[in-house]
Amino acid sequence: MNKTALSWLGAALAVGGLGLLAGCASPPTSAELDAQFRAMMAGSFRDEGIAKVDRLQQDANQAACSSEHAPDATTLKRLEEAALATLQPPRDGVYLGDWKEGEKLAQNGRGLTWTDKSTATSANGANCYNCHQITKAEISFGTIGPSLYHYGKLRGVADPAAPNARPIVEYTWGKLWNASAYNACTLMPRFGHKGLLDEQQIKHVMALLLDPKSPVNAD
Amino acid sequence: MPAALPPRRHRPVALTLSTALLAASAGPVLAQKTAADGIAEYRAMLADGNPAELFEAKGEDLWKKKRGPKNASLEACDLGKGPGVVKGAWVELPRYFSDTKRVQDLESRLLTCMETLQGFNAAEIVKQPFGKGEMPNLEALSAWISAESRELRFNLPQRHPEEKRLYELGKRAFFYRGGPMDFSCATCHGQPDKRIRLQDLPDLRSNPGDGVGFAAWPAYRVSAGELWSMQHRLNDCYRQQRFPYPGYASEATIALGVYMGVNAKGALSIAPAIKR
Repeated sequence: MNKTALSWLGAALAVGGLGLLAGCASPPTSAELDAQFRAMMAGSFRDEGIAKVDRLQQDANQAACSSEHAPDATTLKRLEEAALATLQPPRDGVYLGDWKEGEKLAQNGRGLTWTDKSTATSANGANCYNCHQITKAEISFGTIGPSLYHYGKLRGVADPAAPNARPIVEYTWGKLWNASAYNACTLMPRFGHKGLLDEQQIKHVMALLLDPKSPVNAD
Repeated sequence: MPAALPPRRHRPVALTLSTALLAASAGPVLAQKTAADGIAEYRAMLADGNPAELFEAKGEDLWKKKRGPKNASLEACDLGKGPGVVKGAWVELPRYFSDTKRVQDLESRLLTCMETLQGFNAAEIVKQPFGKGEMPNLEALSAWISAESRELRFNLPQRHPEEKRLYELGKRAFFYRGGPMDFSCATCHGQPDKRIRLQDLPDLRSNPGDGVGFAAWPAYRVSAGELWSMQHRLNDCYRQQRFPYPGYASEATIALGVYMGVNAKGALSIAPAIKR
C-alpha cells in the first residue's frame, strides 16, 4: 500500500472512531489522551469498603498538581489564596493540646484505606513519621518532608502562649489545616481541610511540634 | 514462612531473618550506612534461601499441567516472543498483542491464555480477591515466568502506536492526585533519594538501577509470607494511596506497567526478589 493510500485509510478509520486501534492514524492529541485517560480511570476502579470511586474526582488543587510539571505562577498563587481562605483557627482560641497524644498520632500511619473500617477522624493517624524526622529517639522516619526535629526551638518559640510566638503558632496551625495555603502542590495532606484530623487531634500534633517540653524541642 | 518449606532450608532462613532484624534495631550501626545498604545486605543474606523458589516451581508445574474445562496446558501461550517462549518474555512486558488488539501485561496475557487455551472464564477470575481461586496460581506463574528472565535487562517495545498511547496514559495515571490525602504514585516515587520510614523509595520516573523498583517485582514478601506479583504490588500501592480498588489487570494498572517498564529500560531484572 502506498503512502497516500495509507494516510487516506488512517483518516477514514479516524473518522470512524477506529483510528486508535488500527495503528494507522496520527497519534492522539493531548486533549484526546486526557479524555481517554478519564475513561480509563473510570473503567479501572471500583468501590471497596470505605474507599469509593468518588475519591477519583479531583478538586482544583488535585487537578492542577497532577502532572510532571508544576502549574504556572499565576495558578499557584490563585490556589494558595483560595487555600488560605479555608483556614479555620481553633474555635476556643487554644492552639496546643498534649504532646504525648501528638506523638501517638505522629507514629500512627493508619486510616482511610479500603481495609480500614471507619472514616471517623478518631480512626486516623497523622502519618507524620512516614515523611518527617520529628524526635531524636525515633530513627525510623521518612524523608519526603523536611526534618521537624527542634521545630519550635529553631523558630525561637520558648513560650507558645507568648505574643511573639503567635505568627509561628498560627503558621503551624495553617500548615496542618491546609498545607496548600503555603505551597499549592505540597505533598503534605490537608489534615483539617479534608477532615482527616479534627481540631483536638491537630492541637495534639501542634503540641508535639511547639511545646518546649515535647521531645521535639526538649531533647 | 510457608508450611511447605523444606526443613533443611528453614533454619538458616529463620536465622538470617533475625540477624537482619537485629541489625535494623541497632541505631548507631544503621546511622553509619544508608537504608539502601541495609536492604542490599539483607537481600544478599537471604539470597540463598529466597522462598520465591517454591512459587517458581509451582508456576512451572502450572504452565505444563493440563487444567481447565479444555484440559490443556499453557505451553502454547504466546507471551510476546512466540507460542511457548518464556525466556526473555518478562523483560519485554507489557507489550501490544495483535490477536487481542491491545497492550497487555503478563497477568492480563495469562488470563487471555487461560481463557483461549484452557477454557477458564477470565471475567470471573479477575473478580476473585488475592489469595483466592486462581489468584495464587497467577502469582505462581508470574514468579516462574519472571524468573526465566532473571539477570536480563528491561527492554519494553515502544514501536506500536498502542504501546506509545499506553505510555502516555500510564504517565497521566502516575501523576494523578486523588483521594482524601491528595496522593499520587509520584508523591512517593517522583523524586530521587527519598524514603518512607526506613524504606527507600525508587524514583519510578526514571531507571532507578538494577534490581530496584520495577526490576524487583514480583517478589517474595517476608512480612506477608507470600509471593506478590506486579499486579498485587500495584494494588497495595493504590490501597496505601487511599484510592478506590483497581481492577485486576485493569487498563490503568497495565498503563502504569508500561510507564514504569519503559522508564526502567536497561535495568537488570532480579525478579522474583525478596522484600521485607
